[in-house]
Amino acid sequence: MKPISKPKKPGRREFLRNTALAGGGLILGCYWDSAALAATAVVDAPAGPGATAFEPNAFIRISPEGVVTLVSKQPEIGQGIKTSLPMVIAEQLEVDWRDVVIVQGDLHTRYGSQSAGGSRSTPTNYEPFHLLGATARTMLVAAAAKVWGVPVGQCYAAHSAVHHRESKRTLGYGQLAGEAAAVLVPAAATVVLKDPKDYKLLGKRIGGVDNAAVVSGKPLFGIDVRLPGMLYATYEKCPVFGGKVVTANLEAVKALPGVRDVLVIEGTANLNGLMPGVAIVADSTWAAMSARRQLRVDWDEGRAASHSWDGFVAQASALRGKPGTSVLRNDGDVDAAMSAAAQRIEAFYQYPFISHASFEPQNCTAWFKEGVMELWAPTQNPAYGQHLVAATLGLAQDKIIVHILRSGGGFGRRLSADYMVEAAAIARRVAAPVKLTWSREDDLRHDHYRAGGFHHLRGGLDAGGRLVAWHNHFVSFGNRVVRDGASELQLGPGAALNGDEFPGRWIKNCRLEQTPLECGIPMGPWRAPGSNVYAWVFQSFIDELAAAARRDQLQFRLELLGDREIMPGTGERGISFDVGRMRRVLAEVAQRAGWGKKVFAKGRGMGIAFQFSHRGYVAQVAEVSVSKDGKLTVDRVVVVADVGSQIVNLSGAENQVQGSVIDALGTLMFQELDIVKGRIVQSNFHDYPMIGMADIPKKIDIHFLQTNYPVTGLGEPAFPPLAPAVCNAIYAAIGKRVRQLPLARTDLRWA
Amino acid sequence: MTKYTLDINGASRTVDVAPDTPLLWVLRDTLDLVGTKFACGVGQCGSCTVHLDGVPARSCTTPVSTVGRKRVTTIEGLDAKTSHPLQQAWQELDVPQCGYCQSGQIMTAAALLKENPNPSDEEIEAAMAGNLCRCGTYTRIKAGIHHAVALATPAKGRK
Repeated sequence: MKPISKPKKPGRREFLRNTALAGGGLILGCYWDSAALAATAVVDAPAGPGATAFEPNAFIRISPEGVVTLVSKQPEIGQGIKTSLPMVIAEQLEVDWRDVVIVQGDLHTRYGSQSAGGSRSTPTNYEPFHLLGATARTMLVAAAAKVWGVPVGQCYAAHSAVHHRESKRTLGYGQLAGEAAAVLVPAAATVVLKDPKDYKLLGKRIGGVDNAAVVSGKPLFGIDVRLPGMLYATYEKCPVFGGKVVTANLEAVKALPGVRDVLVIEGTANLNGLMPGVAIVADSTWAAMSARRQLRVDWDEGRAASHSWDGFVAQASALRGKPGTSVLRNDGDVDAAMSAAAQRIEAFYQYPFISHASFEPQNCTAWFKEGVMELWAPTQNPAYGQHLVAATLGLAQDKIIVHILRSGGGFGRRLSADYMVEAAAIARRVAAPVKLTWSREDDLRHDHYRAGGFHHLRGGLDAGGRLVAWHNHFVSFGNRVVRDGASELQLGPGAALNGDEFPGRWIKNCRLEQTPLECGIPMGPWRAPGSNVYAWVFQSFIDELAAAARRDQLQFRLELLGDREIMPGTGERGISFDVGRMRRVLAEVAQRAGWGKKVFAKGRGMGIAFQFSHRGYVAQVAEVSVSKDGKLTVDRVVVVADVGSQIVNLSGAENQVQGSVIDALGTLMFQELDIVKGRIVQSNFHDYPMIGMADIPKKIDIHFLQTNYPVTGLGEPAFPPLAPAVCNAIYAAIGKRVRQLPLARTDLRWA
Repeated sequence: MTKYTLDINGASRTVDVAPDTPLLWVLRDTLDLVGTKFACGVGQCGSCTVHLDGVPARSCTTPVSTVGRKRVTTIEGLDAKTSHPLQQAWQELDVPQCGYCQSGQIMTAAALLKENPNPSDEEIEAAMAGNLCRCGTYTRIKAGIHHAVALATPAKGRK
């Protein structure tokens, strides 16, 4: 990795938060009541009416002093969006990156959608952001031409200034701000975008805009929020999801040192909303946590108390050979094709519930005053938080202000807003701002989990070793909900298989069935929902079939994909799959990894896998060593990704891929939750281990194919292929097939 | 509540807190030094790492009553100008993703480099084993430590 150009020093304005204020320009206000920051906190002189600042849209402000302030509207959760999307504006605006100040936008309708999930931030904003920057640049050039009385065509923008070619005159953007503010916003069709070959910023390695604050420990994250007179809260919920408070020793806890109040929160029946519990409000986090140890609650645990993981495994196993409750796909005649097959392979794959375990525990600061609920939250999904708080507490949506704080990890966890509605419910009953902080134990035991699942798979091969029949009965999980007066099982996010999921559509005789098991465990989207497990199951089982057919793994996959360029989606919910892109990604990864060219002794091997996930086409090859005593070392992972025509920030993109590979390896190796009597058994990192530095791949090679397709996101697509690539490599190395996650459950010793 | 006078980043600070309060919460809630992070609360992840007399310690499991006269150094006090070689290297290599664990990573790495100015990969892995990163930035953390070594060695670090 080459060192990159050093990002600018921490700007004074980086700690400032802009608040929505209609009509009067962008006002920067300081919310940090911090002695350490008092010296650095500045408030931009508010622009008066008819001010000379140039604000062509909600995202750009150029002050008369030439300060270029860009608003990052998307939540920053570690995916680097606060750096990459403003880069797009800066590129088109022709401003030097070091001159730009980036502020986090609060939730506001003027910014459009502000949800950071599904790797959608880049694809939905990339082109509009080009236009935002180019429009502003066009107006600045027009302003300069007017000042000089010359044709616009003789002027060009570069380095935060407009230049007149003939006379070599120059006007800085700040000098032009007032004039540009009077220029009519040009129609989008008339705005000329830069030719990608002229990009100065996009595709370069640019450091994260908050890095200086991160390495110096400046307040940055949701949990760092501090307001004047703020109180601190903890919230105890029933260990069985949805259990209700019967009685609690409220008075005894109220009498403990530093405790201001103890509140029973009734909650709602929504497993992903406000759960019942007891809140302790205190003078400090520690006073609240200490008092909580004395809290005794009798719970009505409800019916989920009978659920256990072992019970789910038994239910799923018993469904072998039985029909599913729904058929997702039924092509050809699977039974006849299986009967006629030269070889039939059957396998049962299973994976557990897992937690997001974002390092910053869930937290939210809420202040209810004069009928307005103001929230400061590390959130991926601020509008949903606003909606949930409004719906749960019966407040009008416009009475809820949401400030978006940097999240110490997202992974999908903060698409949920349970912690926001909890903070709001507490704050509504307290005459002061309140910061709710979850403990790690709360976080692990009250997550909205990645659902576990089971796959009864059968495959049929003809005499030529071709895959002719595929049957999967997927046993997943759903929550009982009442909708329009009717009770139904609602499948968890990532627990609903789409009939188009590869290899559906590709096999002539293909039946996909699904049966949800009812559970009372809240589920939520977890990095690359669905793909994060389907890639492992299907790319592993394809590996089994290719091995049974004694075929080369790459050739078997290429033959399966076939020659067509596009596989259209089935029906309205179908997803078109660009087969050509996947073939090219596979060819590239095979070439870079030296696929088929290396000969390994027993104990070493190579595995391959691919997945189309969240608009990204990604293939990976893993090279592993397994020692005789069963210790796995991932020697190398080669990743090839096609995420479109332009990598926005090469450093951020590589960071996402490196992180995805390491996260996926840790998930594969260690992560599982047990469920006993409706409770999550694990409580902290001692029994829910994270991957550490010593276990990461020795080498990760990353290559992005530059293609002509739309630019897409990278938070998720590089995650799914890792687990099957590693498991397939383990099979190649020692002949053991991994059919259960995590890897710790498979004995990898060999002689 | 009990009064304690602590040496925090070279300054004498008096706090009035319960004796069992972890140093972490004294730093965060009482002294408003929020660079030290809460993640597990049981000394399992390293996000709350500070130095006590130069030695890395988990502030989440260090009761304030046990700190005594030991010098407490937090990320805010690692370098007066935020130009410790690790802080520079972290920015030059763009190490952070979410960034939440990074102050703890830097504090542990800083203690390592003080003891061992040019550690091998294995020595880095051993020293950093208790510092977890949920985003998986380990590749860059390791590279960042090597780069900090280069920055601290004028002949190697500067062209």
